[in-house]
Amino acid sequence: MSAESGKKRFSRRTLIRLGQYLFYEKWLLSLALACTFGSNLFALIGPRLTGYAIGAIEPGKGAVDFSRVFYYAGWMAVFYLVSAVMSYGLQVLMITISRRVVYRMRQDLFEKLLRLPVGYFDVHQTGDIISRISYDIDTVNASLSNDLVQLLTTVITVVGSLSMMIAISPRLVLVFAFTVPLSVCLTKFLTGKTRPLFRARSAKLGELNGFVEEMISGQKSLKAYGREEYTIGRCDGKNDAAAQAFYRAEYYGSIVGPCVNFVNNLSLSLTGVFGALLYLARSMSIGDISSFVLYSRKFSGPINEAANIISELQSALAAAERVFTLMDEAEESPDVENAINLAKAEGKVEVSHIRFGYLPEKTIIHDLSFTAEPGRLIAIVGHTGAGKTTLINLLMRFYDPQEGKILVDGMDCKQITRKSLRGAYAMVLQDTWLFHGTVYENLAYGKEGATREEVEKAARAAHIHSFIMRLPEGYDTVLTDEGTNISKGQKQLLTIARAMLLDARMLILDEATSNVDTRTEIRIQKAMRNLMKDKTCFVIAHRLSTIRNADLILVVDDGEVVEQGTHRELMRKNGAYRQLYEAQFE
Amino acid sequence: MKEIIARYVRPYFPRMSFGFVIKFIGTVMDLCIPYILAHIIDVVIPKEDRGLVLWWGAGMLVCSVLAVTFNIIANRMASRVASWVTRKLRHDLFEKIMYLSNRNMDAFTKPSLISRMTSDTYEIQQTVARIQRLGVRAPILLIGGIFVTFTLDWAMAMVLVALLPLLGALSVFVSKKGIPIYAKLQETADRMVRAVREDIAGVRVIKALSKTEYEKEKFRRVNAEVVDRERTAGMVMAVMNPSLNIFLNMGLVCVILTGAYRVNAGLSEVGKILAFTTYFTLILNAMMSISKMFSMISRSIASGGRIWKVLDAREDMEILSPEDVLGEDAEETASAERGVSAEEMLSAEGTAKQSETASAAAGLSGRPMIVFDHVTFSYYKGLKPSVENLSFTIRKGETLGIIGEIGSGKSTVINLLMRMYDADEGRILVDGRDVRSYRPEELKAKFGVVFQNDMIFEDTIAENVSLGRDLTPEQVQEALLYAQAAEFVKDRSQEAENALNIRGANLSGGQKQRVLIARALAMRPDILILDDSSSALDYKTDAKLRQGLREHFADTTLVIIAQRISSIRHAEHILVLEDGAAIGYGTHEELMKNCETYREISHSQMGDLEEYAEEENGAAGPQTETKENGAAGPQTETEGSGAACPQTEKEAEDLQNGKEAEA
Repeated sequence: MSAESGKKRFSRRTLIRLGQYLFYEKWLLSLALACTFGSNLFALIGPRLTGYAIGAIEPGKGAVDFSRVFYYAGWMAVFYLVSAVMSYGLQVLMITISRRVVYRMRQDLFEKLLRLPVGYFDVHQTGDIISRISYDIDTVNASLSNDLVQLLTTVITVVGSLSMMIAISPRLVLVFAFTVPLSVCLTKFLTGKTRPLFRARSAKLGELNGFVEEMISGQKSLKAYGREEYTIGRCDGKNDAAAQAFYRAEYYGSIVGPCVNFVNNLSLSLTGVFGALLYLARSMSIGDISSFVLYSRKFSGPINEAANIISELQSALAAAERVFTLMDEAEESPDVENAINLAKAEGKVEVSHIRFGYLPEKTIIHDLSFTAEPGRLIAIVGHTGAGKTTLINLLMRFYDPQEGKILVDGMDCKQITRKSLRGAYAMVLQDTWLFHGTVYENLAYGKEGATREEVEKAARAAHIHSFIMRLPEGYDTVLTDEGTNISKGQKQLLTIARAMLLDARMLILDEATSNVDTRTEIRIQKAMRNLMKDKTCFVIAHRLSTIRNADLILVVDDGEVVEQGTHRELMRKNGAYRQLYEAQFE
Repeated sequence: MKEIIARYVRPYFPRMSFGFVIKFIGTVMDLCIPYILAHIIDVVIPKEDRGLVLWWGAGMLVCSVLAVTFNIIANRMASRVASWVTRKLRHDLFEKIMYLSNRNMDAFTKPSLISRMTSDTYEIQQTVARIQRLGVRAPILLIGGIFVTFTLDWAMAMVLVALLPLLGALSVFVSKKGIPIYAKLQETADRMVRAVREDIAGVRVIKALSKTEYEKEKFRRVNAEVVDRERTAGMVMAVMNPSLNIFLNMGLVCVILTGAYRVNAGLSEVGKILAFTTYFTLILNAMMSISKMFSMISRSIASGGRIWKVLDAREDMEILSPEDVLGEDAEETASAERGVSAEEMLSAEGTAKQSETASAAAGLSGRPMIVFDHVTFSYYKGLKPSVENLSFTIRKGETLGIIGEIGSGKSTVINLLMRMYDADEGRILVDGRDVRSYRPEELKAKFGVVFQNDMIFEDTIAENVSLGRDLTPEQVQEALLYAQAAEFVKDRSQEAENALNIRGANLSGGQKQRVLIARALAMRPDILILDDSSSALDYKTDAKLRQGLREHFADTTLVIIAQRISSIRHAEHILVLEDGAAIGYGTHEELMKNCETYREISHSQMGDLEEYAEEENGAAGPQTETKENGAAGPQTETEGSGAACPQTEKEAEDLQNGKEAEA
C-alpha cells in the first residue's frame, strides 16, 4: 500500500517537474493560451456569420438579398483566413515551446551524464541511456505539443457548455451529476491500472534497446563465433517482451477512450429520455431539449477526445519518469566549499593508508601507502587484477577512498577542485578512446587551440606522424566510430600524442603501450623520457623493460604494497618482484 | 516503405480488415445514438407516448453497449497487429544486422544501425497502431458526410467534391515535402546517438581532461540541430491543418453563394443549406483527423525507408559454388588429399618415430590448413593496399606467428582469413577450400579467435565463454583452465553468479583477455587466432598459457599476432610484415639470420635484456654475486643470441610430444 502511494507521489512529482520545464516558457505559453482562447471564440463567431448569410437567403425564391449574402460571405472569407492564420500561429507556437522544452530536457539529461560517477556506466547499458535521451524524451515531447492544446480546448469548451446547460435546465444537468463522476472514476480507475503497464512498456523497450546496442557493438565477435542465430534468439526474447508490454499497455490504454465514450453515450441517452419525460410532464419545451442536447454533445465531444489522449499522456508520464529517474541519480560529490584551485602542481603525491572497494563490502585496496616525490617515475606492478587500475581511479578522483588520504603537494585531494586536480594529470589508458572527428581534433582534444605545429610535433614524438600522413586526408582524416583500418596500437599512439600535448605535472600511463611493437615503444620512450623529465610519472606495465628504470617500483598484491624499491633493490630481495620478473623467461 | 508494408503489414491484412469491420460496426453504433436522439425529439415526443420513449431509450443503451464492446475489441486487435508487425520487423532487422558484412557495417555505422533498430521501428509501431484506431471513424464520417450532402442537394455537394482533388494535392504536397525532412531528422538523431555513445565510452578521458564543458557544447550543437529539424518538420506539417481549414471554409462560402442562387431560382430551400453547414463541420473534422494521420505516415515513410535500406543491403560476400572453386584449385585439393593420406598413415602406424620421419621427409606434418595465395587487399579502393601479394602455407597443428610494426597489416591478415572482407586479388584457402566457397557458419566453426578490441558482454563469465554455444559446464571450466583464468574465476565465484559489468568493466585488462581466450578455446577450434591478445598478461601467465596450448591443443593450428618476440619465437613459421608486404618468412633462427627487421625487433627486446644482464652482473655486490649469477645465468642463455640451439631442441621435443599425443 505504501509502495502504491509512493508511486502516486512519484507521478505527482513527475507532473510538477514537467510543469517546471514548461514554466521556463511561461511567456510563450501564455501567448499560446491566449491564442487557444481566441481561436475558440472565433469558432463561435463563424457559425454566427453563416447564420446571418443564411438569414439573407431566407426570403426564398426570387427574394434573396444578394448584397447582404455577398457582404456576409465576404466577412466569412476574411474571418476564416484570420482564423486559419491564427491556428497556424498557435501550432507554430506549440511546436516552438515543445522543442524548447525538449532541448532543455535533453541538454539537462546529457549534462547529468557527465556529472555521474564513471562507475555508473559500468552497470547501466548505454542503449538504455540512449533510449531515455531519445525515445523517452520524444514521447514526452509528442504529448506536450499535441495533447496540451487539446486539453486546453477541452477545459474551455466543457466549462462553457456546462454553464449554458445549467442556464437551460438545472434539473436535466442532474444527469451529468451522475455520469461525470462516473467517467472521472472510471478514468481514474483505468489509468491507475494502466500506469504500471506503461511503465513496463518504457522499461522493456529500454531493455531491448540496451541489449541491441550491446550486441551491435559486439557484432564482429558474435559473427566470428557464428553466434548470430543464438543472439537473434536472445533478442527475440527481449523483443517479445517489449512487444507484449507494448500490446498490454496499448490495449488497456485504448480501453479508456471507448469506456468514457460509453459513459457519454449513456448520458446522452439519459438526457434524451429524461428530457422527453420532462416534456411530457410539461416542464420543458422542445426547443430547450434540442439546444440542451446540442450543448451536451459539445460537452461530451472534447471529453471523448481527452479520454482518447489519456493513453498518450500515460506513456508520456512513464517516459518522463524514466528521464527524471536518471536525472536524480547520485552524482559525483561536489567539490568542497572553498576548494583549492591547484594552479601549478609541484607533483608530489602521497598516498596514505587508503582502503577502497567499489562495493563497500568488497574491499579491493586494503591498506596502501607510498610517496611519490616530484619528478620521479613510479612503476606499479603486480598480477592482473591486483588493484592497479583502481589506484589510478583513486588518483584521478573518479572514486574517493573509504579510508585514508591522497595528498598532492601536501594538500588533501578532497580539498582540491576536481577540475584542477585532473588537469594536473595527463593520462593514457589501456582502453584507448577516440571520437568521431578528424585526427587533428582528436589529438588537440586536451589542449584547446593547439597549433598544427604543436600537434604534429607531438605526433612525431609518438611516432604516429608518418601513419597519419599516409591517411587519405592526413591530419584532416575523419576517424569513424570503430575505425576499421586503425589498429589498437595506432590508437594507443594517437592517445599518447594527445597526452604529450598536455601541460600536466603528473603523468599516468596505464598499459599505454601494450599493443605497440617494442621497436616503436623504445623510440616513444625516448621521447617520453624527454617529456617526463621533471614530471611525476605513474606507470603500469607488464613489459618489465618499460619499468626497469623507475625510481620506485611498487609491487601490489591483493590491494597492498608488498614490496617497494628500485629494480635493483627488489631483485636483490628475491621476493615477489623477482618472481614476476623471472616469469618472462619461462 | 512499399516493401515494408508488403512484407510486414500485408500478412495481417485479413486480420486488420476484420478489425476494421468490427471498428466500423462500433463506429456506426456510435453514430446511431445522436440519430436516435433526434428521432426521439422530432418524432417520438410529439406522439406523447411514454412507453415508446423508454423503448427508444433502451435502444440507445443497446447501441452504446455494442459501441463500447466493438471498439474495445477492435482496439485490442489493432494493438495486437501493431505489436506483431513491429516484433517481426525488429526481428528481421536485427537478424540482418547480425549478418551484415564488415564493409556494410562500416558503411551504415553502428550508431545509425542502433537508432534504426530502436527509434525507427518505434515510429512504425506507433503509426500502425494509431492508424488502425483512428483510421476508421474519419473516413466513415467523410464518406458518409459527402453521401448525405448529395442526398440534400447535388449542386452544392458538387462544390464540395470539386474541393477534394485540391485537398488531395495538398496532402501529397505536404507529405512529399515532409518525408525528406523526416529522413534528415533521423540522420541527425543518429548523430545524437553517436554523441551519447561516444561520451559514455570515453567518460574517463573526458573527465580526466576536464572536457565536460566542451562535450556539453558539442552535444548542444547536435541537440540544437535535432530540435531545429524537428521544428522544420513540424512547421511543414503544421501548414496542413490551417490550409485544410481555409480550403474547406472557402468551399463553405461557395456553397452558401451557390445555395443563394439556387434558392433564388427556386431549386433549393434554406433548410437544406442549414443542414449542409452542419454536415460541413463533420466533414471538416474528419479531414483534420485524416491530415493528422498524414503527418504520422510521412514520418513512418521516412523511418521505413531507413529500415528498408538495411534490410535491402546487398550481401556483398557471395558464396561461390564448390564447382567454381574446385576447378580452380585442383592442385590444392590434391595436396590436401596428400595431407590426409599422410595423416591416415600416421594414425595407422602411429609411432612417434615414424611421424618424425614422415614430417622430416615430406615436410608434411599435416594437411595445409591455411593457404594465402598472392593475396592483395585494401580497405578503400584506390588507397595503398593494406596487404600486398602475400603468400604462405600453414599446415595442421603448426603455428604461424605474425610480427610487424603497427599498421603493417597484421590484423588485416586475420580479417581476410576469417572472410570479414574479401581479398581484392589472390585467394585464401582454409582446410583446402577457398574461403569464399564456405557457408559462413561452416567457416566460422573452424575458428576460435580473440580480436584486439574484443567484446565482453554484461553476463556471467560462463556465458561469456560459451556465448550460448552447446558447451557443457565442464567444457567451459576446461577452457577457463587452459586460458589461465580458472584461478581468478574461482576467486570471484562467491560473488553473485560471476556477473560481469558492461564491457567487462569489473575485470582487469588481463582478466578480460583470459576470458576471451577461454571463449576462443572452448569449442576446440581447428584454427586458433590470437590477435595481440595476451598483451595485458604478465609474463608468467603468458608463458603458462602458451605451454597449456602446446600441451592440450597440439592439433590446433595457431595464428598468433604479437609484439613480444617471446610469444611467437616457438612458431614453425613467422611472418614479418611491413607496410602490408612480407619482408621475412621462416623460423626464428632463419629470420635471425636473414631478416634484418626481425633481427632488429629481436634485439630491441633481447638486446635490452642483455644490456640489463651485464649491468646487473656488474652492479651486483660480491656477496650476492653467486646467487645473482645463478639466476641470471640461465636467463641470458635462453634469451641471448646463443638461445637458438636449445630452443629448437625444445621445440622439436614439443613437436614430438604433440605427435605422441595425437597418436
